[in-house]
Amino acid sequence: MSDKKRLQMEEMKAVWEASGAPLIQVKDLEKHFDDLHALNGVSVDINKGDVVFVVGPSGSGKSTFLRCLNRLEEPTAGEILFEGINITNKMTDINLHRQKMGMVFQQFNLFPHMTIMKNLTLGPMKLQNMSKEAAEAQAMQLLERVGLADRADAYPNQLSGGQKQRIAIVRALCMKPDVMLFDEPTSALDPEMVGEVLAVMRDLAEEKMTMVVVTHEMAFAKEVASRVIFMADGKIVEEAAPAEFFENPKTERLQNFLAKVL
Amino acid sequence: MDFIINLLIIVRDAIRYFFTSYIPQLIQEFSNDFYLNFIKEDRWKYIVDGLGVTLQVTLFAVLIGIALGFIVAIIRATHDKTGNLKFFNWICHIYLTVIRGTPVLVQLLIIYFVIFGSVRVDKVLVAVIAFGINSGAYVAEIVRGGIMSIDAGQFEAGRSLGFNYTQTMIHIVLPQALKNVLPALGNEFIVLLKETSVAGYIALEDLTKGADIIRSQTFAPMMPLLAVAAIYLAFVMLLSWLIKLLERRLRNSER
Ligand SMILES: Nc1ncnc2c1ncn2[C@@H]1O[C@H](COP(=O)(O)OP(=O)(O)OP(=O)(O)O)[C@@H](O)[C@H]1O
Ligand SMILES: [Mg+2]
Repeated sequence: MSDKKRLQMEEMKAVWEASGAPLIQVKDLEKHFDDLHALNGVSVDINKGDVVFVVGPSGSGKSTFLRCLNRLEEPTAGEILFEGINITNKMTDINLHRQKMGMVFQQFNLFPHMTIMKNLTLGPMKLQNMSKEAAEAQAMQLLERVGLADRADAYPNQLSGGQKQRIAIVRALCMKPDVMLFDEPTSALDPEMVGEVLAVMRDLAEEKMTMVVVTHEMAFAKEVASRVIFMADGKIVEEAAPAEFFENPKTERLQNFLAKVL
Repeated sequence: MDFIINLLIIVRDAIRYFFTSYIPQLIQEFSNDFYLNFIKEDRWKYIVDGLGVTLQVTLFAVLIGIALGFIVAIIRATHDKTGNLKFFNWICHIYLTVIRGTPVLVQLLIIYFVIFGSVRVDKVLVAVIAFGINSGAYVAEIVRGGIMSIDAGQFEAGRSLGFNYTQTMIHIVLPQALKNVLPALGNEFIVLLKETSVAGYIALEDLTKGADIIRSQTFAPMMPLLAVAAIYLAFVMLLSWLIKLLERRLRNSER
């Protein structure tokens, strides 16, 4: 990335910070797959430090919503403002903004042909002009935090599922993101490994990292979320603080959903 | 009783003939043949020079094939994944269809007699171009298969970190794809080595042509042809062994 572009981004970020606007503003977001309307007008604000959990039945559009946020899915209509910049505009260089939005996938998606250390340093070195030493020092520090410093020279295939997902989280963190997006980060894990991944996420939440988490782990949502969103049929049906959301659901759809999953 | 004794005598005579007459005769014939085909008038040079030409053509055709194949594969895979590069994809499609739909010998003859028909060019160069273009089509489909076999999640992981399409290809997708297709590429080069044996049709004196020239001079076809077959076989076995070695190396580096 050129220094000029970076400077420009910093300036715009400063303007946004001074304005006190939300970190992410989603306005009337729609995503169509041919005839299928996966998202049907989703609007939501995500503030700095928010830990937003997104729950809902299968096929309700949770993943599509999350993937639209960093444009892994190209929205059909609507706007997404990230740090005050309209990133749905075709003119914005989405690659720059993606560096600020870490994403963690259900299937980990670590790079199998690289050691853990290379997985963690590739982005910072190639995209943020970080020196090898600095990138490795940063990676080591984060590895220690998730208790995997001794696996730096291993390859992804040598790790357990829980270890892989912790590494995937660290890989995203190495880019120093302003928000972390999680799409069912524990759904592909054996039950005994779920805890170690949730612990890392809990840590992040406590550090006031902004997070958007799609999950089926209701107990975890209740414990960690600052806000819970219920999606159905490509819409946000209900949205509330966790206590309210789980103890006192307003809509019948959410009541039915909670009755099934709790 | 007489019958058994007679039988033993016949067997004895046969064995005696075999060792005192047939074997020496065979050795004599073999060394005569060998002398005639390889030593006399330095005919062995046809084989050695021919081998040089064959290896030269194969090596440079492989290099062209790899370069061409990768370019075509990346264009095709990019089109499949993003819908971009429509025009180039169309050209690649025609190239693949034509090259894979016609015999390599016909392609060689067209390039030599039609395309370079009116200019004097080095025949080795013509062969390198013809076999390179031919091989590129097969390499392209192998590499494209390799790229498409990489899980979409790898691509998304790269993009989500902020890598653009090209960077994701270079750092994440291609290294994995290449690793997966190395054995298939190796086999393609074995095929190519053998296919160059038709280069004699443009009077290029490659290994096969060398044997054929000797045959036409000595009228003793067996020895030069068997010798050439053995040389091809030796190189193919050597290449297969190298590919296996490489495969094992690559497997080990991930475990
Ligand atoms: N690439 C795609 N092409 C076509 N349809 C898609 C695509 N991705 C998602 N869909 C459809 O969009 C709808 C929403 O899918 P999405 O993956 O967002 O649901 P989800 O809430 O994440 O479900 P789950 O809990 O099963 O992960 C579904 O009907 C799905 O089949
Ligand atoms: Mg999903």
